[in-house]
Amino acid sequence: MTGRGRGARRGVLKTMWRERSAYGFLAPGLILFSVFTVFALLFAFYLTFREWNILEPEKPFVGLQNYRDMVGDEDFRRSIINTAYFTGASVPLGMVVGLGVALLLNQPIRGRGLLRTLYFLPNVTPFVVAAIVWKWLYNGDFGLFNYYLLKTHLITEPLVWLSDKNLAMPAVVLMSVWSSVGFSMVVYLAALQSIPNDLYEAARIDGAGAWARLRHVTLPMLRPSTLFLMVMGIIGSFQVFTQIYIMTSGGPLNRTTTMVYYIYEAAFKFYEMGYASTLAYALFLMLLVFTALQLRLYRRADM
Amino acid sequence: MTAVIDRPAATAPAVPTPPRGPVWRRRLWLGFCYLVLVPGAILFVAPFAWLISASFQHAGDIFSWPPQWIPSNPTLDGYKGFFGIGQAGDIAQGSEGAWRWFLNSAFVAGSVTTLQLFFNSLAAYTFAKRRFPGRNIIFMVFLATMMVPPQVTLIPNYLVLKHVPFFGGNDVMGQGGHGFLDSYWGLILPGAVSAFGIFLLRQYMLAIPDELLDAARIDGAGEFKVFWKVVLPLCGPALAATAIFTFTYAWEDFLWPLIVVSSSDHYTAPLGLALFVVKNRTSWNLLMAGSVVATLPMVVMFLIFQRRFIQGISMTGLKG
Repeated sequence: MTGRGRGARRGVLKTMWRERSAYGFLAPGLILFSVFTVFALLFAFYLTFREWNILEPEKPFVGLQNYRDMVGDEDFRRSIINTAYFTGASVPLGMVVGLGVALLLNQPIRGRGLLRTLYFLPNVTPFVVAAIVWKWLYNGDFGLFNYYLLKTHLITEPLVWLSDKNLAMPAVVLMSVWSSVGFSMVVYLAALQSIPNDLYEAARIDGAGAWARLRHVTLPMLRPSTLFLMVMGIIGSFQVFTQIYIMTSGGPLNRTTTMVYYIYEAAFKFYEMGYASTLAYALFLMLLVFTALQLRLYRRADM
Repeated sequence: MTAVIDRPAATAPAVPTPPRGPVWRRRLWLGFCYLVLVPGAILFVAPFAWLISASFQHAGDIFSWPPQWIPSNPTLDGYKGFFGIGQAGDIAQGSEGAWRWFLNSAFVAGSVTTLQLFFNSLAAYTFAKRRFPGRNIIFMVFLATMMVPPQVTLIPNYLVLKHVPFFGGNDVMGQGGHGFLDSYWGLILPGAVSAFGIFLLRQYMLAIPDELLDAARIDGAGEFKVFWKVVLPLCGPALAATAIFTFTYAWEDFLWPLIVVSSSDHYTAPLGLALFVVKNRTSWNLLMAGSVVATLPMVVMFLIFQRRFIQGISMTGLKG
């Protein structure tokens, strides 16, 4: 090492010493973070090459067996399809309904505050509570859905919603949309209120009607919000768990087993910690790819 | 995430401009708005209304057909029964009962929020306002892990907590007992710091002019005092917003308590509702009463802090 290099290093050490309180400030966060995130990530990766039932101390090395199992696992494939179904239905629906409500609430009507609160209430309801209530609403014998659908003759036989293999997932989606509309509404409302009026004026002068103003002024200005809601929505609904746990337990016939529910079962029902870690890593990778793709969209929207 | 955070201006929400054109057209348009919004709002609130109504009904009345929106025979049985869980003659005899779950939830969510506010803002301040070797690398690592879904770290964290030495009957090597599992420590510690929270606060603090801090330093304030007396007071809105979100999130978190907690004395409110009542098939009126009680703090908090809530969403999200 040259004398200069050593001098530079001494300089760094000196700065580090002078700024030692900075490290002190970071320490608590950094320690917790190193243990519960960084170490945890590495340990989970280590577990993907092991077989382990948590009870015994041995964790035999199994090479890529967990990965091979995963690729051939029909149920896991099913859970990916279910998760994609859930995400593909609930995220756009929640956003479209939220946008619609926000657009209407952005009109000079009376009681806007009250209406906004009412639409937002489902969002502040704990998920567990929402799931319990909706489970009852879907009840085949006494549920309100069947009552009103029968009364209005939309159906002739009571439906069993959560036990019907074709209806269970739509039912869960509907409940999740109910709970998420408030959030997208508030995000859209905030964005709507920050669109400068001049833009609308200019559009009017150019002879744009209401529809044209919506298409060419409002919607483009809302694009960052839309992308934000999409990113958050997809990340959130890829991790859907609570509703599934309470409303369907993954049934009927695995039709509502989502990825996280499947991981949960692998780990804490069948105690296959190595395999569950492998599945969790697969979920992580998918989210990374999605987020990276969306951030690229995001950046393009910023330009 | 390219969240651009402006200092939230203290403006009242802009009142939208009325549509132009002939009066009848304006009226027709507003009429249409009400026609969509009001029934929609009723549908959105209906599940709540029914929840509240059912919580005041007798166990048998909940099953009545047609359903009763207004209890014909209102009663507090559901609430009494719910808070009586664990009393003599109950299947859960010996456990301390439902009120304990709510205290647990309040304690856990309160601790998580307090710790996060302190640790997050301390780290955010350091990242935003201090220059020291390694800052960028450490910050990048924090940022990178914002994407890590909690499910990946679930299993390792379970194991880490299980093997904390000297706790829960563990020896020095962390063997033999259950460590921090089934304890408040296990519920609180992993949530005591958040990369996302640090990121948000850092963005906010970047906007604070350095001159303010330098002035305080010249007056002889130490680094902690600068942070505590100068920076924190300027971060009120950002701290309030993150506090509300952290508390809400911790209050309704389900998966982590489900895995960490095993004895009913450590149940949080959502866990108690889900496990105890659903799995043990206790009657629905108890469940509905418990659900109302679990929702109430969230709704009250929202109504009180509504402005901040909404400000927070647009702050964490984006502008425009």
